Amino acid sequence: MTQATVAARAAQTDERTTAVITGLGVVAPNGLGAEKYWAATLRGESGIRSLAPRGMSGYPMRLAGQVTSFVAEDHIPSRLMPQTDRVTRLALAAAELALDDAELRPGELPEYSMGVVTSNASGGFEFTHREIQKLWTKGPQTVSVYESFAWFYAVNTGQISIRHGMRGPSGVLVAEQAGGLDALGHARRAIRRGTPHIVTGGVESSLDPWGWVSHIASGRLSKESVPELAYRPFDHGADGYVPGEGGAILILEDAEAAARRGAAKVYGELAGYAATFDPRPGSGRPPGLEQAIRKALADAGTPPEEIDVVFADAAGIPCLDRDEATAITAVFGPHGVPVTAPKALTGRLYAGSGPLDVVCALLSIRDGVIPPVPNVGTVPAAYQIDLVRGAEPRTAPVRTALVLARGKGGFNAAVVLRKHRKEEK
Amino acid sequence: MTLDDLRRIMVACAGEDEHVDLGGDIMDEHFADLGYDSLAMMETAAKIENEFGVRIPDEKVAELTTPRALLDFVSHVTVS
Repeated sequence: MTQATVAARAAQTDERTTAVITGLGVVAPNGLGAEKYWAATLRGESGIRSLAPRGMSGYPMRLAGQVTSFVAEDHIPSRLMPQTDRVTRLALAAAELALDDAELRPGELPEYSMGVVTSNASGGFEFTHREIQKLWTKGPQTVSVYESFAWFYAVNTGQISIRHGMRGPSGVLVAEQAGGLDALGHARRAIRRGTPHIVTGGVESSLDPWGWVSHIASGRLSKESVPELAYRPFDHGADGYVPGEGGAILILEDAEAAARRGAAKVYGELAGYAATFDPRPGSGRPPGLEQAIRKALADAGTPPEEIDVVFADAAGIPCLDRDEATAITAVFGPHGVPVTAPKALTGRLYAGSGPLDVVCALLSIRDGVIPPVPNVGTVPAAYQIDLVRGAEPRTAPVRTALVLARGKGGFNAAVVLRKHRKEEK
Repeated sequence: MTLDDLRRIMVACAGEDEHVDLGGDIMDEHFADLGYDSLAMMETAAKIENEFGVRIPDEKVAELTTPRALLDFVSHVTVS
């Protein structure tokens, strides 16, 4: 495809264009790379541990999902080290993994046929922490010029785009925990407007002491100090969540373009997407999650009975867990669909969690297994959800999956993934 | 300030392009060809000021496009 045809196609939107996921790049607390992460998730291996004591001993909560096996120098050229926060190094590594998995070689494609759409909710805390410290101890002339963008939500998209020469439509979405799914929705929009290859997803990292203070200030962190007990979504004893770092970057493509270039793997279709916003507090109207689910199903042309598993937002806060259970049972009926929450093993990754749950959903479709939530004991009977619990994954044919995410401040997003038609037997 | 000082500062400020040999004869190479963009040069100028006490105004940074020009500027200021 020439630059001119790309531009001409971009002028119109074709809602019938199918968008497929052809590459997965995972940087998760319990595994680097999609397959390692998936194996750890099925085994119930957690990446939640205590933050290194250096500088952190005074904080009341210290559990976090940490990508401890990541060595930046192994993934990032020296040229980019002085200008990147840890979050961007993780994002660049995830993008590289996704491109490799998809066998997509940007150098061989027209630069305007590829775009980057990511989400990020926290920016680069560690970098800014260091530079601001220089500002008030040594003066403004010592502050790195790269502070101008290294902290910024948009920097992951920018650095991925520059590194791989992707000059097509690109963007950034910020919607706290819901933003990662919004990025996927917007990536599909870009494909339907005529850009065939989009790198999309979300990655976060804000576990340095300054970032950590912000997590604590949310008032939503679990007070538990035992890693296994600290984030138990839907459990009767749930008392909050554990934050984490990492996420996933995916390659989303126009199904026809993917077929034309001979894409080796098609993990599934991004069949439906919707986002809603909660009514103002005190309005008496219900939260927007149920509407997001219904709209995403409608967008996918999928009735509720065709959904084989729900990857829940799983806030780990009793009132929010109850709200989510209410929305799920309203659409699917009591105990009407298996519900799981692999993020109990990683912590909540903000913009990273939605795309990581999408990876899980796609691999559930591929392998016919639903990962369990290992540490949940009793689920309140009133929730009426079929939560997949225990040590073993549940074997079940999965053809269509729903992924949910909610962001603090009223954001809701839902995504429907479906086995690609060509992959069906 | 020597070329070796400049090499060290540039690598600290903006890393090294894997396709460029900074150890070679680079006195008259353009910074852009060595993989250093305008931000990298601003960062380099700030480090030079911290270390050698020579202030290079932002607009001047853009004019000093080669190691030779930059080193000449710094030594001229240091002498005068």
